Amino acid sequence: MKTLVWVEHDGKAVKDATLAVVTAASKLGEVHLLVAGSGVDAVAKEAAQIAGVGKVHVADNAAFDHNLPENVAPLVAELMASHDAFLAPATTTGKNIAPRVAALLDVMQISEILSVEGPKTFTRPIYAGNAIATVESSDAKLVLTVRGTAFDKAATSGGSGTVEAVGAGSDAGISSFVGAEIAKSERPELTSAKIIVSGGRALGSSEKYQEVIVPLADKLNAALGASRAAVDAGYVPNDYQVGQTGKIVAPQVYFAIGISGAIQHLAGMKDSKTIVAINKDEDAPIFQVADFGLVADLFNAVPELTGKI
Amino acid sequence: MKILVPVKRVLDYNVKPRVKSDGTGVDLANVKMSMNPFDEIGIEEAIRLKEKGVATEVVAISVGPQKAQETLRTALAMGADRAILVQTDDDVEPLALAKIFKAIADAEAPGLVILGKQAIDGDNNQTGQMLAALTGWAQGTFASAVNVDGDHVSVTREVDGGLETVKLKLPAIVTTDLRLNEPRYASLPNIMKAKSKPLDTKTPADYGVDTTPRVKTVKVSEPPVRSAGVKVADVDELVGKLKAMGVHS
Repeated sequence: MKTLVWVEHDGKAVKDATLAVVTAASKLGEVHLLVAGSGVDAVAKEAAQIAGVGKVHVADNAAFDHNLPENVAPLVAELMASHDAFLAPATTTGKNIAPRVAALLDVMQISEILSVEGPKTFTRPIYAGNAIATVESSDAKLVLTVRGTAFDKAATSGGSGTVEAVGAGSDAGISSFVGAEIAKSERPELTSAKIIVSGGRALGSSEKYQEVIVPLADKLNAALGASRAAVDAGYVPNDYQVGQTGKIVAPQVYFAIGISGAIQHLAGMKDSKTIVAINKDEDAPIFQVADFGLVADLFNAVPELTGKI
Repeated sequence: MKILVPVKRVLDYNVKPRVKSDGTGVDLANVKMSMNPFDEIGIEEAIRLKEKGVATEVVAISVGPQKAQETLRTALAMGADRAILVQTDDDVEPLALAKIFKAIADAEAPGLVILGKQAIDGDNNQTGQMLAALTGWAQGTFASAVNVDGDHVSVTREVDGGLETVKLKLPAIVTTDLRLNEPRYASLPNIMKAKSKPLDTKTPADYGVDTTPRVKTVKVSEPPVRSAGVKVADVDELVGKLKAMGVHS
């Protein structure tokens, strides 16, 4: 089987989310990549180094900048004439593009796969991860999005892909990129961090989040996260949210601080290697999944932890 | 401008799903069903656009069993003007849903179709994008703000790193994210009024759409259970455990 993997990048470098997709694709067959955007030579070169990669298709056109699906989906659909499966990361970019490709190909997409069980059989979460479905496609081609935390990352070196330019593509002229407010930070990205420190509603305010959560994260070089309750209460921006409707994470260590552990939050972090929970309420559901639970007032315990770790 | 809003009847947000012991799916017998929360946000957004004078008519659509009428009545009670039930007892996949909505869009010629970004049962997150592909219209997914300006709409999208704004030519497809708005509750007088609002009943065949599933569910199982670990007595014990794992500054 020949697969085509969407390379997520920022114009300069390949994003980590791509690497797990390469691993998933390699379970199906030959791995080809697609790098789309203008001035993406460096990205293509980097992509060709990823272990196990065959061809790297490069579509160099400004119409593909900002990943506008109106322009990108027809390009992918065209390339799918010579591929059997299209795989994209289950990021907001992948989720925006892949279904548009699937419909152009008259294929029913399989979203957020967790495992490859056979050439057309996959597992995926339904009902916010409260159930796992094993599904089998009957379509001639496959369109898949891949949950990044469910697959190991392919090595970023050792590959010897061949870079090949593909047809120019065009601007459909129905959509344009206006701007973005992307949080700039020196911290590791939430979805690829080794350690995450998350705060919940019990913090009570944005100031307390800064005062209590941030120093611990600084000390551990950790990413910052939050529960939906903390985001909705305005303590932190929406891109901090861990959970079924936010980001799905699986770090080595996840600190849940003042987070009760609603189903929707657990769905986003329960694959973390080690979960540490600090909460005043000893009956909080978070303790049912925590490897290390500390029943304590977070306003005392967290600064103490920050001081001693 | 007319706005179409598809709505789905799903297991209520607050009910914990239980996997059937025979592994064929999730038990939906005798449990509370409600409108998919993301679709409720879609109805709310459409009504607000009508209240602002941008939209002239809001049409709610549901593909589902006869009971999906209740979901449509909820949409009408919130403020939608009329409803279309495409009645079927089959579980209709996003691709077939998108084909049905495409046929309805062809007939109704809306300026916007606002869909929930995903239904909280299948969690597919596909239908809006697929409808955009089939109609050839632009798409603004995971919206946290929608502003119609002449023959364009600006959509602010919740993306992984923060927010992004795109400008789309109308007609266009929008899918809703959680922070777009807070849906209203229907008042009792409006619930009464909704009973007399028009609700058409159709079938997928009326739109020439084959709803035969492309993806077969082999089985549905419980997710692996994570067992609780230990409670530590104090911060010192926690620091010890963490250091033993190599976690320290």
